Amino acid sequence: MEPLIQLDNIRAAYDKNVVLNQVNLTVHSNDFIGIIGPNGGGKTTLLKVILNLIQPLSGRIIKSDKVNIGYLPQVNTIDKQFPVTIKDVVLSGRFATDKWWKRANKEQLIRVDELLEFIGLDRSHNVPIGELSGGQMQRVFLCRALISNPNLLILDEPNTYVDKTFEANLYNLLGELNEQMAILLVSHDVGTISSMVKTIACVNGGLHYHPSNKITNEILQSYNCPIELVSHGHVPHRVLKHHGHE
Amino acid sequence: MNELLELFSFAFFRNALLAALLSSIIAGIIGSYIVARRNVFISSGITHASFGGMGIAYYLGFPPFLGAGIFAVLSALGIEWSSSKAGIREDSSIAILWSLGMAIGILFVFLTPGYTPNLMGFLFGDILTVKVTDLIWLAGTAMLCIILISLYYQAIVTVAFDADFAKVSGLPVQTIKYISAALVSIAIVLSIKVMGIILVLSLFTIPAAAANLYAKNLNKVMIGAVLISVVGSLSGLLIAYFLDLPSGATIIFTLTVLFVVLKMIKLIR
Repeated sequence: MEPLIQLDNIRAAYDKNVVLNQVNLTVHSNDFIGIIGPNGGGKTTLLKVILNLIQPLSGRIIKSDKVNIGYLPQVNTIDKQFPVTIKDVVLSGRFATDKWWKRANKEQLIRVDELLEFIGLDRSHNVPIGELSGGQMQRVFLCRALISNPNLLILDEPNTYVDKTFEANLYNLLGELNEQMAILLVSHDVGTISSMVKTIACVNGGLHYHPSNKITNEILQSYNCPIELVSHGHVPHRVLKHHGHE
Repeated sequence: MNELLELFSFAFFRNALLAALLSSIIAGIIGSYIVARRNVFISSGITHASFGGMGIAYYLGFPPFLGAGIFAVLSALGIEWSSSKAGIREDSSIAILWSLGMAIGILFVFLTPGYTPNLMGFLFGDILTVKVTDLIWLAGTAMLCIILISLYYQAIVTVAFDADFAKVSGLPVQTIKYISAALVSIAIVLSIKVMGIILVLSLFTIPAAAANLYAKNLNKVMIGAVLISVVGSLSGLLIAYFLDLPSGATIIFTLTVLFVVLKMIKLIR
């Protein structure tokens, strides 16, 4: 199986602070990797390196010719007052495969209709994005990421604004999408994602790859990844650290 | 009514109307782009920095607006470069270039022996003395704006709306930003010649902000802004003629009144 992306001994900085050191990661075509870690640990920097938005200080990124990335950024980085309709936002995702001078073709317009119908916004083509809720906006950006039929979907904190009812839908959907594409999912909510991802990468300065979705506080601590593990699923309680002396 | 017809028989007035019309098209399109990208401060910076080029041109004795044009393009590219590559915060680099340009301008105007250029003309323009060559330049720029925006609308919106996403998609984001920065500065300088600094700022900002109240998509904002600035500048020009007032100032008033009326209608609905 050919890897889509290989990070080889990456060292990267953000605003001159070195946040990533000796990072190695290989993404294969049907991976579903959850990227977790504390704030400031380098999750976003790792994504920016993979997305070519920042150049690493050293190390190599090897990308397969076939890789086509669909990207869902954090919604709070978007200017919500920009005058643009939902339809045009979704359509703008086509530039992942289209050249910049290309005009949209009929199939792409039909695909926009299908995607918007799928997320329940099919009557809202000409609604400006400023009128959407955070969750709706996130769904629209998911459509934008999907319109070019990517084989690697990268999601940055997709569950921040999504309402609880759609959250379950989103995770089911990601499970289905994973049959056709690799997924990298950054999340602070470890408990939720661990139930659906296949493997986990803990990012805190370095990267520890955990080749399973079963993770415990002990493993997290051994990975130097101090985050609170919140358990979901059958047992509705938080798994907290032991009290008493450390 | 007869007086109005008589007015149109004057070549200077027909030229002024045409200049107002063409500047409105340029300002409507470019201004909407500037307002959507929240770059109004950049256009103010470019507008003022161009004064430096004008001062040097006076001193060296070549056409002032050529100097202004070169300075405007350089400062636009400088702002884009210093914030994306040199790591200087954008608002800081705008303020630096803004004041530096004005300082250079004042210095060279001061050094120019025995000649005081018409500074009021720079502030408020002289639309009633527009020449045919100016009109040709304005028409060419208006055409260029219309062609670029209709051919590459989708790519331009994609970059303006979410530059990071556009980069990930492989769009030539930096090139598109440089081209649009250069076009913005050329549009601004040509309009300064007709309208003056003060009116350029209002013509590039007020109609776009007004159209933004109603339009849902950037192309509709652009069309709305062009219409609003045509109405505002033509009526301002007529008011200036009949009441014998400075045209730049009356156009700013009519544009502002239009904005307030549109905003009130929006509030009432």
